Amino acid sequence: MRRWIRDGDQVVGRLDRQEAAVVRGLVSQIQDMLLARAEEAPQDELAELTGIRTGPSTAPDDPILGRLLPDFHRLDPDAPDPAEVDSAAALRSLHEPELLDAKTGAAEVVLSTCAPDGGEIRLRIDQAEAWLSSLNDVRLALGTALDVTEDMPEELPPEDPRSPHLGVYHWLTWVQDTLVDAMMQ
Amino acid sequence: MTTPVEHERTQVEPTGAETAAEDRPWQTVVWNDPVNLMSYVTYVFQKLFGFSRDRATKLMLDVHHKGKAIVTSGTKDKVEADVAKLHAAGLWATMQKSS
Repeated sequence: MRRWIRDGDQVVGRLDRQEAAVVRGLVSQIQDMLLARAEEAPQDELAELTGIRTGPSTAPDDPILGRLLPDFHRLDPDAPDPAEVDSAAALRSLHEPELLDAKTGAAEVVLSTCAPDGGEIRLRIDQAEAWLSSLNDVRLALGTALDVTEDMPEELPPEDPRSPHLGVYHWLTWVQDTLVDAMMQ
Repeated sequence: MTTPVEHERTQVEPTGAETAAEDRPWQTVVWNDPVNLMSYVTYVFQKLFGFSRDRATKLMLDVHHKGKAIVTSGTKDKVEADVAKLHAAGLWATMQKSS
């Protein structure tokens, strides 16, 4: 990977075969998790009649999905305000279907523009925005799984089971950061 | 928030504080988290809300140093839509009534 560069109204990058496999593999996994969550949405006749979709009213148990699909209110885990609990449930149910669409759609843009063999990647601005969202979702998922902190070292001790994955996380951070730079030029 | 390992950190002191007018009953709050990139958060604030680079950077630094920042305020509908957009971008955002 060389850093992304701006070329007029496009952004250009290049991934080798192994890098493309890492990006595609992680993006697919997140997309699968989100699609599985979407299938949990309640099905009811009213929704089919009105076309207004409703999602689940409770937050996912899985911490990775929980981070990708946050609550609309910050609830006190010990003494949540009952009115806020109700409001958060209603807002989740209302907004989660479109949030899942946005995230799975962004993942689809990455999968359709990142060839399995790697090579040059030439993106329109709207496609580059989808890459940014999707790379960010992958980093949120990995960051949650690896329990990263703000002062995470570049490398962990080799005996730490997270050690090999942290390198991927830092690489994705660099890929995302250079894409932001290219977009802001 | 974070920066890439080899990235040079910029140090800018945050200034001022957000104030909520009485006719803006709801606030959009963005919370600090260890994953989101400082550059990306600044970019998202500019893109979603049309903020200048300076304003977006100041809000990003408030999130980073103070743990949170109020980024927009207004009617319940407006703030709800802003939180939904921030969630789509992957930021940790919530809404609250102005105190």
